[in-house]
Amino acid sequence: MSVFSRFGDWVREGQVWGSVFRHGVPRDRRTRAMAVLSNVFLHLHPVAIRKSGIRLSFTWCMGGLTFFLFLVEVITGVLLMFYYRPTVEYAYFDIQGLRAHVTLGILREMHRWGAHAMIIAIWLHMLRVFLTGSYKPPREFNWGVGVILLVLTLLLSFTGYLLPWDQLAMWAITVGSNMARATPLAGHEGPLASMIQIAGVPLLHAGDDARFGLLAGTFVGPNALLRFYVLHCVFIPVVVTVLIAVHFWRIRKDGGISGPL
Amino acid sequence: MTMTGLDLLAAGDSNAIKDLINTLCQPHWFFIIASVAMIVFLVGYRTLTKPAVALAGGLAFTAFYVLSGFDSDFLSIIQKPDNVPITMMIYLVGFFVWLAFRQAAVNDQNMEEGKPLLEAGSDDKVLVWPDLVYTELIALVLCTVALTVWSVILRAPLEQPANPAVIPNPSKAPWYFLGLQEMLVYFDPWIAGVLLPGLIIVGLIAIPYIDRNPRGNGYYTLKERKFAITTFLFGFLLLWVVLIVFGTFLRGPNWNFFGPYEFWDPHRPAALLNINLADIFWVQWLGRGIPTESFGMLPHFVVREAPGIVLLSFYFFILPGILRYTVFRKMGNQLGFVRYMVMIQLFLWMAFVPIKMALRWTLNFKYFVAITENFLNF
Ligand code: HEM
Repeated sequence: MSVFSRFGDWVREGQVWGSVFRHGVPRDRRTRAMAVLSNVFLHLHPVAIRKSGIRLSFTWCMGGLTFFLFLVEVITGVLLMFYYRPTVEYAYFDIQGLRAHVTLGILREMHRWGAHAMIIAIWLHMLRVFLTGSYKPPREFNWGVGVILLVLTLLLSFTGYLLPWDQLAMWAITVGSNMARATPLAGHEGPLASMIQIAGVPLLHAGDDARFGLLAGTFVGPNALLRFYVLHCVFIPVVVTVLIAVHFWRIRKDGGISGPL
Repeated sequence: MTMTGLDLLAAGDSNAIKDLINTLCQPHWFFIIASVAMIVFLVGYRTLTKPAVALAGGLAFTAFYVLSGFDSDFLSIIQKPDNVPITMMIYLVGFFVWLAFRQAAVNDQNMEEGKPLLEAGSDDKVLVWPDLVYTELIALVLCTVALTVWSVILRAPLEQPANPAVIPNPSKAPWYFLGLQEMLVYFDPWIAGVLLPGLIIVGLIAIPYIDRNPRGNGYYTLKERKFAITTFLFGFLLLWVVLIVFGTFLRGPNWNFFGPYEFWDPHRPAALLNINLADIFWVQWLGRGIPTESFGMLPHFVVREAPGIVLLSFYFFILPGILRYTVFRKMGNQLGFVRYMVMIQLFLWMAFVPIKMALRWTLNFKYFVAITENFLNF
């Protein structure tokens, strides 16, 4: 026996190792099952899984990649938050500074391209779920959870697009949020807006309609920047995390990855 | 000036080809070609997805893309950092559509011959450790490498600081919303920006409840789910992906349409004046002015827009009944009243989009019903 494997055995037999991993080296059926069961992250999986479900050509691993890209976004996003202040005075120059001063300055690139990749991955995931008919009973509800995740992923990207506070950001968000002005019964230029009135006094204006609620102002300004920042960094990620947990839980409860009956 | 042979090829004789492609990329041609291509693919999927055929298709497209790169206008568009994901998306969507339909072709063939499906043996279980966790680990490592390389090669864009006084022309939404921005050309903002996205979300969630076909659950097939798959692909590929390609590559200043090899001239005049159904009906057909008087209880705008109101009422309220007992007879029996009504309304709205696009491109048509007084235009 070499020194290394004796050292390995010594570590694995010690109290420290044993307190972390409650099972032996995953070499046989029992310990392999234990490896998955006794790890909070791995036990998102079942212990055993249908053979067809893990064929790469069946799932394309797209749901998994979407999840992985979400994790990349969380990690790089937290790091970016160390450097970025969501105010009109600082935002643009903080981004510029990221490029100029931060070591290994590909943080912003990873975050931006990761976001684009996540959108493509989630579309492809939906395409594969559709084309394998995996939304059919008993997975109807999880498909619905997925659709909400899709919407939230797009909103995550959309709110993040504003934060660099350059021309690209500001005008893309202006184009996007202008539509809220036209929400029926809630936007001041929306259909039936004139019906929202009391005794002939119209109640919907540019200063109190749906778009105002979104931007906290009548144009894309400092308030909108702060609002988008909070939505982007806190609110939407938290909701997405909860829904991903529901999504994964339901995959197992619905009988695992779908397969022919 | 030094010119390589390839430059000469790109600048000289190829002009005629470029003009042709510019023309074919006009919205109506592009959309017709894409629709026909999709139908041909769905009909001939068993042959067209053969690896050799698909590879030839992919290579032909790549050759087209690379050669187009010699055109400076085309190159400047695909090189914009935020447009790089679109090229990726085109390739990935193409590849995965092929992969899915290849398996559907094999499965459909196997079912006819009484052989097992590709997904068969689904009751054989394997352990997640090591079979799945290792696949996941490899996917994770490859994805990290790809993302890191991409980030090192391509800088994230940063333009001038935000300036409310300088409006870029064109102002574009982020690329994944360009399909909706394209809708602004054909619909009022409340339809393009509120109603259609709402219908997409509701419609997607509704799919499992209105598709009652029990077959094709858990394996790739086309034969057993023709209607569902065709409808979904029409929505995803033509009304979403193609419109993103339109919005990114072909929409220039003033949201004018430019061929892929055309210079984005900011001074090109905006599109022609558009006409409404009321103009066509009262002025062109009846040869009288547009009515401005009310008629009994009906306010003047209802009288004016009567032709459109009648036409749209027919489309959304009578047509479902007619289809129920003709084209969709079998499906209607299967679905029952409520499910059928939900399905058909979603279906008709989805069809409304290309109908309005086609009418705009051919007749400069704008609104069926234009009650501008209340921002109620359809
Ligand atoms: C943040 C977004 C999402 C994440 C992280 C995610 C993750 C996953 C993962 C890891 C799986 C396991 C199988 C696979 O990889 O294909 C899965 C399955 C599934 N997903 Fe998602 N997903 C997301 C969004 C969506 C969307 C947009 C839809 C549909 C509209 C959807 C519907 C489903 C369904 C129905 C299943 C079960 C499929 C089966 O059993 O074959 N998910 N998801």
